[in-house]
Amino acid sequence: MQVYTCPFCGLRDEREFFFAGEAGAARPDTTGPVSDAEWAEYVRMRRNALGRAREVWMHLTCGELFVMERDTLSARVLGSVALRRAPGGREGADGAGSVDGPDGEGAP
Amino acid sequence: MGGYSALRLLREGLRDQRGWRPAWRSPKLRKAYDIVIVGAGGHGLATAYYLARNHGITDVAVLEKGWLGGGNTGRNTTVIRSNYYYPESCALYDLSLRLYEGLSRELNYNVMFSRRGMMILHHSEHEREIAARTVNAMRLNGVDAELLDRDEVRARAPLLNFGEDARHPILGAVWQERAGTGRHDAVAWGYARAADRLGVEIVQNCEVTGFIVEGGTCKGVETSLGPVRAGRVGMAVAGHSSHLAAMAGFRLPLTSYALQAFVSEPLKPMLDCVVASPAHGVYISQSDKGGLVMGGALDRVPTYGQRGNLPVQEDVLGGLVDCFPAIARVGLLRQWAGIVDVSPDSSPILGPSPLPGLYLNCGWGTGGFKAIPAGGLLFAHILAQGAHHPISAPFDLTRFERGRLIDEGAASGIAH
Ligand SMILES: Cc1cc2nc3c(=O)[nH]c(=O)nc-3n(C[C@H](O)[C@H](O)[C@H](O)COP(=O)(O)OP(=O)(O)OC[C@H]3O[C@@H](n4cnc5c(N)ncnc54)[C@H](O)[C@@H]3O)c2cc1C
Ligand SMILES: [Zn+2]
Repeated sequence: MQVYTCPFCGLRDEREFFFAGEAGAARPDTTGPVSDAEWAEYVRMRRNALGRAREVWMHLTCGELFVMERDTLSARVLGSVALRRAPGGREGADGAGSVDGPDGEGAP
Repeated sequence: MGGYSALRLLREGLRDQRGWRPAWRSPKLRKAYDIVIVGAGGHGLATAYYLARNHGITDVAVLEKGWLGGGNTGRNTTVIRSNYYYPESCALYDLSLRLYEGLSRELNYNVMFSRRGMMILHHSEHEREIAARTVNAMRLNGVDAELLDRDEVRARAPLLNFGEDARHPILGAVWQERAGTGRHDAVAWGYARAADRLGVEIVQNCEVTGFIVEGGTCKGVETSLGPVRAGRVGMAVAGHSSHLAAMAGFRLPLTSYALQAFVSEPLKPMLDCVVASPAHGVYISQSDKGGLVMGGALDRVPTYGQRGNLPVQEDVLGGLVDCFPAIARVGLLRQWAGIVDVSPDSSPILGPSPLPGLYLNCGWGTGGFKAIPAGGLLFAHILAQGAHHPISAPFDLTRFERGRLIDEGAASGIAH
């Protein structure tokens, strides 16, 4: 059994977590025209990286959404950081330092 | 190299088995081929065979980073069926089933295709409605299907849980008589041997590490044994498709997950068909050696580690014991996992890639063993002609842009 870190609750059983999707996918700017290809790229295409990956996960028991950085080959967790911002606009607290903020670019 | 036959078995038996030769050569990698196929799983090997056999193209290399058949082809639970919902899928999977029916003869290799029939159980009135709809759709598509009631299910699999206290009471099943199982390794080995005999070169321990791109076109591959040029390149690397796509500079609509399987200690014959229960999320058959071959849902964590996690093991084995209470105390012999390439509509991707000269055979996910003969035949057509076969056309990558998905994940009633 693996344990993941919820930024809110700490170390918890993997069964309590839900994989929500890859982090860093930017929704097309709908103030201008968006082609079918651009929508498909956003909605369907995935990096599905072998190795380091940044993903959005939810801790189902508390409802916290956060970014987890993992190695998809070894299953090692490299860090978790909350997506929620603390009052006053600070980045979420308690996250492992290695993870980019929610608006950061995906790792190459 | 002689063909395989009963007479030959007898002869070799009488002379201490000294006359057998390796079933395929181990050629050195050359610098250029007409066609290079990446991945010596069932799909890559079948593609090479049909390129030689149907299109007369024999200057073909199949490059494999490990050993041939060591990927999902050698790890799957060997269910062969064509009980899909949409006409496009039925055309594809039923072609495959028909090819399986004659495959041992075609390849002169016993792939042990056993047409033992398969039932997909339903456990509620609502599931029964959907089951009836599925049966009708299959029949309209020319695929054999029957709706079984509870007693007919009991007659075929009396050890199923018909108790009053069953978590999911059994109401009936969708039955496909022509479905069955095969010997997974034999499918890889049979295609490898037959392709090799037609001149195809299979190079194992040769990992593709990049693509040679000139003027925006794929002209070959970089490998751990050096560069190789090719007129056309086809990739059939299952769970590693996104990884290779990244090397070629594009993304695919795929997520790689571990799919686990289990086999029990050998038992006396207790089950002579394949049984699947979507409500429990499990399926089971008994191999010729007596082992129960069991599987279930995907691990929900995207991964490239061929292990499989404990929560899914608990769910699958718990579900099986619910279905077949008699197996609760049977010992497990092995557990393993393969990395499957799951697409958004649970249908495969066949055809050109965004990089000209590079072609895709991927997205088979949890169900591509049954599709090996058809996948190979169609991919060979695509690589030989540079254009789709009518049966492969709906499975083109551009369907995700056109929105014309073939959503078998929702429609087929199968757990994954
Ligand atoms: C546990 C399990 C149960 C399953 N059960 C069923 C079932 O009952 N029925 C069914 O129809 N399907 C089933 N499947 C799915 C089926 O196994 C696959 O869809 C099918 O085998 C895919 O065949 P393939 O040839 O595309 O891939 P593979 O057999 O995986 O072959 C791909 C090959 O590519 C090689 N490769 C990868 N990267 C590189 C590289 N860079 N360079 C060179 N080579 C590379 C790999 O080493 C591998 O040998 C199951 C899968 C699993 C894991
Ligand atoms: Zn939490």
